[in-house]
Amino acid sequence: MAALVVESLVKSFGGVRAVKGTSFTVDRGELLALIGPNGAGKTTTFNMVGGQLHPDSGSVKLEGRELVGLTPRAIWRMGVGRTFQITATYPSMTVAENVQMVLLSHHKRLLGWWTPAARQFRAEALELLARVGMAVQADRPSSVLAYGDLKRLELAMALANEPRLLLMDEPTAGMAPRERVELMALTADLVRERGIAVLFTEHDMDVVFAHAHRIVVMNRGEIIADGTPDAVRNDPHVQEVYLGSGAMFHGEPQGKAVVS
Amino acid sequence: MGFYVTQFMSGLAQAATLFLVASGLSIIFGVTRIVNFAHGSFYMLGAYMAYTVSDVVGGFAGFWGGIVAAALAAGVIGVVMEMVLLRRLYRSPELFQLLATFGVVLVIQDLALTIWGPEDLLGPRAPGLEGRVRILGQAFPQYDVFLIVLGPVVLALLLLLFKWTRWGTLVRAATQDREMTGALGVNERRLFTSVLFVGCALAGLGGALQVPREAVNLQMDVSMVVEAFVVVVVGGMGSLMGAFLAALLIGQLQAFGILIFPQITLVLVFLVMAVVLVVRPYGLLGKPPAAARGAAHAPEAPLRPAGLPAKLFGVAVLAVLLLLPVVAGQYALVVLTETLVLVLFAASLHFMMGPGGMVSFGHAAYFGLGAYAAGLLTKHMDGGMLAGLVTAPVLGGLGALLFGWFCVRLSGVYLAMLTLAFAQIVWSVAFQWTAVTGGDNGILGVWPAPWASAKWVYYYLTLAVVTGAVLMLRRAIFAPFGYAMRAGRDSPLRSEAIGMDVRRLQWLAFTAAGAMAGLAGGLYAYAKGSVFPTFLSVPASVDALVMVLMGGVQTIAGPLVGAAVFHGLETEVVRYTDFWRLILGGIIILLVLAFPKGIAGAADAWFGSGRSAEGRA
Amino acid sequence: MTSPLLTVNGLNSFYGRAHILADVDLQVGAGEVVALMGRNGAGKSTTFRSIMGLVEQRRGALSFGGADISTAEPFEIARLGLGYVPEDRRIFTELTVMENLEVGRQPARAGSPTWTPERLFDLFPNLAEMRDRPGGRMSGGEQQMLTIARTLMGNPRMILLDEPSEGLAPRIVEMMANAIVALKSQGLTVMLCEQNLHFAALVSDRAYVIEKGRIRYQGTMAALQADDEVRRAYLTM
Repeated sequence: MAALVVESLVKSFGGVRAVKGTSFTVDRGELLALIGPNGAGKTTTFNMVGGQLHPDSGSVKLEGRELVGLTPRAIWRMGVGRTFQITATYPSMTVAENVQMVLLSHHKRLLGWWTPAARQFRAEALELLARVGMAVQADRPSSVLAYGDLKRLELAMALANEPRLLLMDEPTAGMAPRERVELMALTADLVRERGIAVLFTEHDMDVVFAHAHRIVVMNRGEIIADGTPDAVRNDPHVQEVYLGSGAMFHGEPQGKAVVS
Repeated sequence: MGFYVTQFMSGLAQAATLFLVASGLSIIFGVTRIVNFAHGSFYMLGAYMAYTVSDVVGGFAGFWGGIVAAALAAGVIGVVMEMVLLRRLYRSPELFQLLATFGVVLVIQDLALTIWGPEDLLGPRAPGLEGRVRILGQAFPQYDVFLIVLGPVVLALLLLLFKWTRWGTLVRAATQDREMTGALGVNERRLFTSVLFVGCALAGLGGALQVPREAVNLQMDVSMVVEAFVVVVVGGMGSLMGAFLAALLIGQLQAFGILIFPQITLVLVFLVMAVVLVVRPYGLLGKPPAAARGAAHAPEAPLRPAGLPAKLFGVAVLAVLLLLPVVAGQYALVVLTETLVLVLFAASLHFMMGPGGMVSFGHAAYFGLGAYAAGLLTKHMDGGMLAGLVTAPVLGGLGALLFGWFCVRLSGVYLAMLTLAFAQIVWSVAFQWTAVTGGDNGILGVWPAPWASAKWVYYYLTLAVVTGAVLMLRRAIFAPFGYAMRAGRDSPLRSEAIGMDVRRLQWLAFTAAGAMAGLAGGLYAYAKGSVFPTFLSVPASVDALVMVLMGGVQTIAGPLVGAAVFHGLETEVVRYTDFWRLILGGIIILLVLAFPKGIAGAADAWFGSGRSAEGRA
Repeated sequence: MTSPLLTVNGLNSFYGRAHILADVDLQVGAGEVVALMGRNGAGKSTTFRSIMGLVEQRRGALSFGGADISTAEPFEIARLGLGYVPEDRRIFTELTVMENLEVGRQPARAGSPTWTPERLFDLFPNLAEMRDRPGGRMSGGEQQMLTIARTLMGNPRMILLDEPSEGLAPRIVEMMANAIVALKSQGLTVMLCEQNLHFAALVSDRAYVIEKGRIRYQGTMAALQADDEVRRAYLTM
């Protein structure tokens, strides 16, 4: 069943229509990739689902409940987790404390003045970190983590409130090829285990074609394709505006043919 | 009618000077990200130097030549400050630079006192512009007409300079990303030096042009730097046009405020600033500040509970403090009591500045509110000391609750300026509402209860209250509340995305810090036996800031060390020399250069305790 | 390879107490395109930043075009003709396209191509249509073109390109590859960091592989592509 239903979202900035009536759905346990050229309206769509932007019109429903008009805080409390394109973690805290922070917020314990925070929800935090392979680093400052590990930490933080929908903005940006594959494989496992719906944007087509169950392609604020990876890959319109010759992904490079 | 027109024009003339000084401040801040507290000092130096040249050379050449020479000389002194001091601090925490320039303020004050003496100096009229023009039947100084024309001319020149010259383009680029500018082949060090020259020369020019209009004196610096800040913030940081509009607005407020509310002109200015900032959080023409690149600081290390050595050290310090009355004389006890009070004051400011990430330039407001709570209770209700000590944090907290609601809507320098505005408003009320507060004469006879009147008893009382309060603040920093504060500071984006109401948390933190400052104020009132408006004045707020910064913002023990060192220094230096500002300023500058992370921060780095064992990967 | 243009010997770099680069040796000859490959966090960006003098704690013998740059300031290194295009573009968002180019402008240099805005617009036609647009109102691909164009305004003999394909649509990545090949044909020397082997293979003559701050492999691009073992160990495609 569809966990997320997005219908006819419209958003303009200063008279320029950035998103012109976007509609799509994401099922439970499904990984949906939102791709398209830079400036196609992906991030705007993303931010309208997450509540960072309010659409001019349209609706976003999570398991039947309207999200439009709610603050990002309220949307999070309804079960929408988020990772950011540039990781947003707390550099002045340890890895475990980063996750504990989310748990403290989830359990509404933020205003406590007495019991040290580091002692609360530590077991739960370690469990989540173990799930993403970060348990051994639990007590390191998060400011010293390698980028790939920061991404894993973000994933653990996003899972801490048991979300029903996960929004991932370029989850593998800045990662090495193997890390990309590993992170997305891990995400796919977690999603299947927990029946989470995932909406992600991505520029790495190797990642998209390997892990997305379905792909929505945007261009100039409109959806130009919505279908399986194979269908999208072979769509001539998508090739023209976005994918190019295909030399930059899937398999070996095709010699120097594209260079004129 | 004619009177109002000339009053209006007089406001325009005042605006021209304000604009000159404020534009320099804005340019320097834009490029170097340094809040140049010494900017008013360059204004003052400009005035003094122009006076001297005019006095020595005399005549037309002396006057006009003096203005040009003073502006150039102020620029050169700015270059010296940049090369000797600021250059070493570009990678220090932002506010450390503020601390360094505050040291410069003190040094220049004493130097000016030595060179020019304490008396007001009356400059000559401007040769060639001595006369008056008649406007609607009213006489108006020709010189002021000249200033009115000069303001827009300088604005136009500056706009041209920044928009159409290579220097201007490079400066704008460096404002955004100094490291990248350097990597593109621009000698950014020389660029910064040149910016300091231009900015300080503008301040000097403003001061020099003021000579025919008002007496040159030693108070010009601080009053002008505060006004210039207001102009820059109201106009929007980095916007020259904004600074010009704001200067016009403030100039008119001053010109007409004098007529309508002569008592509260200053309050009026700050009230307008508060309104502007609440409606437009980045000033009239300002934009949200883009994160400046190329000045990355080492991230703060995670909090670790105190280890055994640190705990033992704490116990040892407490034991020494408990035993001190046995050996200390009456005077030493008084100084120690005051130091303890200031430790709490500094700790409360650190609470909002460090974990909370909110810098306050007006924290003395809450300290003063606490002190006045005690004073007013004694004066009007015959309340006892205990009632006073309970009311003090309540009033401080209520004040912070009210002002904090506005302040947490802003961030960074804007937030800091709004705290300053509220502090000035509170100060004005205390100063002007003579019937209730006694005005400048303050409230006398605020003595402790009879059982606590012995110096040593009051010392122990203070020690108990301060220790308890500081431990409570420390507890909160380790508790979820303190973590949530740091989370909101580290990444507001992430915090909102995990369901935290960052603004409300900041508001609570602001209020708690205000209440603790209020408690310190209450203790201070009974220690002094009196309450004065100076308790909540700008210098008192600056003292608190200096204490926190001296100790280091990133460590919890910092404010404690900073308060003790600062108050100790101040007390000792004042006792032994007339040049206390020079020496104190010099010490601050040396400390900043020697410990760019604060005293406690440096000790932390030396003794380790494992906090900084891991660098950045 | 004839006389190398850039020589790095025994480069060691630190952030705080963390030892990021250990005894890195590199050589790039005039006219070459060399790729520096490796995983994230392997030290690629730090290598570039160290060469440019942007890392405070570095030691080693570095020379460029015969000049010793071991202790030179970033602006001095740039003025010798070594251009740097950072990983996250770092466009001056408040400045227009033309103003961004102006910041990069340096006097013409013997032995390297001389660039003007008009010549750069031939290379990146998209930019020509937005001369007065602020950098902040450009798409990621346009910003990537501008950041390269801005560096070329310094008329460099060599450029360091940090992750030119990162975060770009596949079609734009192809345009970047074409631009790099065009630059090479004009005699520009290029060293680039890349994680995208497809991209690196298209444009590069030689490659170094870096892992945990040490150079683990060097050879021609063709040899690297043929060496499954190295690719699996350090690049794992």
